[in-house]
Amino acid sequence: MSEAAALPGEHPVHGADEHLAHHFSSLERQVDASRLGMWLFLCTEVLLFAGLFVGYSVYRYSFPAAFAASSRASEIWAGTLNTAVLITSSLTVALAIHFVCAGRQRAAVVCLAITLFFAVAFLGIKAIEYTAHFHEHQLPGRYYRFEEVRLPGAEMYWALYFLMTGLHALHVLVGMTVLSVIAWRTAHGYYSPHYYVGIELAGLYWHLVDLIWIFLFPLLYLI
Amino acid sequence: MRQSEEDRHQLGAPPAHESYLCDGTTVMSWLNTRDHKRIGVMFLVAVVFFFFVGGIFAMALRLKLLYPGPFLYDALTYNRLFTLHGVTMIFLFMIPAIPSAFGNFVLPLMIGARDVAFPRLNLASFYVYLAGAVLAIWAMVHGGADTGWTFYTPYSTTTPTMVFPLLLGVFVVGFSSILTGINFIVTVHTLRAPGISWVRLPLFVWSIYGTSIIQVLATPVLTLTVLLVALERVLGFGIFDPARGGDPVLFQHFFWFYSHPAVYIMVLPAMAVISECVATFSRKNPFGYKAIAYSSLGIAFVGFFTWGHHLFVAGQSVFDNGAFGVLSMFVGIFTAIKVFNWIGTMYRGAISFKTPFAYICGFLFFLVFGGMTGVALATVALDVHWHDTYFIVAHFHFIMVGATIMAFLAGLHYWFPKMFGRTYHEGWGLVAASLIILGFNATFIPQFLLGNNGMPRRYYQYPDHFQALNVASTAGATLLGFGFLIIFIYLVIALRWGPRCEPNPWRSKGFEWLTESPPPTHNFDQIPHITQDPHDYRTHAPSGVYADV
Repeated sequence: MSEAAALPGEHPVHGADEHLAHHFSSLERQVDASRLGMWLFLCTEVLLFAGLFVGYSVYRYSFPAAFAASSRASEIWAGTLNTAVLITSSLTVALAIHFVCAGRQRAAVVCLAITLFFAVAFLGIKAIEYTAHFHEHQLPGRYYRFEEVRLPGAEMYWALYFLMTGLHALHVLVGMTVLSVIAWRTAHGYYSPHYYVGIELAGLYWHLVDLIWIFLFPLLYLI
Repeated sequence: MRQSEEDRHQLGAPPAHESYLCDGTTVMSWLNTRDHKRIGVMFLVAVVFFFFVGGIFAMALRLKLLYPGPFLYDALTYNRLFTLHGVTMIFLFMIPAIPSAFGNFVLPLMIGARDVAFPRLNLASFYVYLAGAVLAIWAMVHGGADTGWTFYTPYSTTTPTMVFPLLLGVFVVGFSSILTGINFIVTVHTLRAPGISWVRLPLFVWSIYGTSIIQVLATPVLTLTVLLVALERVLGFGIFDPARGGDPVLFQHFFWFYSHPAVYIMVLPAMAVISECVATFSRKNPFGYKAIAYSSLGIAFVGFFTWGHHLFVAGQSVFDNGAFGVLSMFVGIFTAIKVFNWIGTMYRGAISFKTPFAYICGFLFFLVFGGMTGVALATVALDVHWHDTYFIVAHFHFIMVGATIMAFLAGLHYWFPKMFGRTYHEGWGLVAASLIILGFNATFIPQFLLGNNGMPRRYYQYPDHFQALNVASTAGATLLGFGFLIIFIYLVIALRWGPRCEPNPWRSKGFEWLTESPPPTHNFDQIPHITQDPHDYRTHAPSGVYADV
């Protein structure tokens, strides 16, 4: 209670930990707050994608044949490979958190670097896929010219495909930016076994990006 | 001790600690602040500005409607004006008004915290809001849009007006709302002072907590919807275009999945303010504290399952119509619980009829009137008759202007001494309050009658026999406008020349009055250890807590 009551800078306890903000009574409390904030943010992300999932369900119900045919015409090898890439990158992020907790900063940085490498690989594969779609004119709305599937609603599949994978790719980019900052900070000794909430939150975000893909993959490639 | 404290204030001497207003006086010290109080004040200035902008649009609309035929400006300008009026009032004023301005200022004080959980995010929220507002202004200056604030497809994807930048503005402002919501939820969970358990949270905090949940869960859907319309305009994805297999009604579902809960983002904070003011000005413990608190969460919850009542005539199934109609009526139950408890709080209280209390009376009348017409509108058969008429316009203005703005004004007067340490002129306060309540009735009661007689909303011209009621409505709006101007003038005067007040001029036992007015930068010398309920007027204040800070 006494440290909570002190003004910042006036009490030694506050100066003692560089990570503690002036309005929190303890670092534990502050870390709890950060975690809760991140979980709430992840809720907003889920709801952002929820709209697209609802749109997908509605239009799949309206055009089942066109959606099935278009999904079979997608690049299933790329989707499968990307699923493997992302799941593995989730593992490396989890390992990075584990290593920071164990005080092995260097191993953590290596894990984060591997995660970033997988993220780049994911986007690379996605880019190859997109190029193929452009060549085949598997495109949304009025740009759709794919000869093999001429069913009403096929252009809607590709509209949703590009919206969902595009928004997801945007999240991969944001995740890469966050992970780069975290990796840089880890390399410079910002985190320790006592304070590693930043890397933990980045990991949570990355797992969500992974999780959304796990839902996108069957919807857009398998069924 | 207490006597000397009051003496010093009467002499106009500065309070014992430097207030947050004096802690740096440069422009940068404000623009770069992390202090929740300063961010709250900046939000207050911004929302008041947009309230006046939206108000000017409204006056322009009412002036045209004095005459049935073409008058003053053409039909396209009329369409643009009602769109801009709606967008400005809803996204730039109403949604941030109470949570971001007052919530930011008093919520941490009420839970005995030094700041919100994420101060930097809080400042970011303000700048994100400003960025969205700038985009919206840019769109307005370059002609605005003519879709109405609801942006219904397919018109919004085909009209040549500036829909895109306006949508972008709404998109950006949404993030500000999300950030503030997350910040408040985390603050309430992690920064309550010792002794403030969940059932000892001030009712303001309960309501703002419910609001924040809606902000966090509903706003992303608006973000996505706006994004889809923008992409449809720019790239022709066809998601809402029937020619490509899209469904325009799906847009309405998406839009109202956010925008109906958004009504509760606007009205729950109003209920938050009223819950505080009723107890203070009745000098009585809140009657049915738990009922008021939990009904806030009830409204937040049920609010997510009512959106379909906007689609009664949009081709929704009969079953859906019935279900959404019944679910919508649940909101009436939770609201009624609150209203009865507020009345119960007043009953046998020692009421002091100050300006905020005048607004409470206005609020209760408008909320009940607007709420009951809402229950009537949730009845499918009646809604078919009233849909898209002035009856709807009057109904939602009773809730949004009647309830929310009355509460905003109540809060503004109630916390003015808290925020600035000065008092305004009570007499002018009551004059303005009576003008506003009178003007409001004169503006919107005729609109109920017009709508019931069949005058559609958003029409540039109307048959001659509707003119008398339209003139009455415009006269009322003028009165309303004068009322707001008077408030603006005496509050600005009070800011500069108002007499300095003591720390707790209302003798309130709300927790935010535990500190000085205006509060010092870090809010409390000692984080208070709370041993009683908020607004506990049964007991005398424990030594030194409320009286001499």
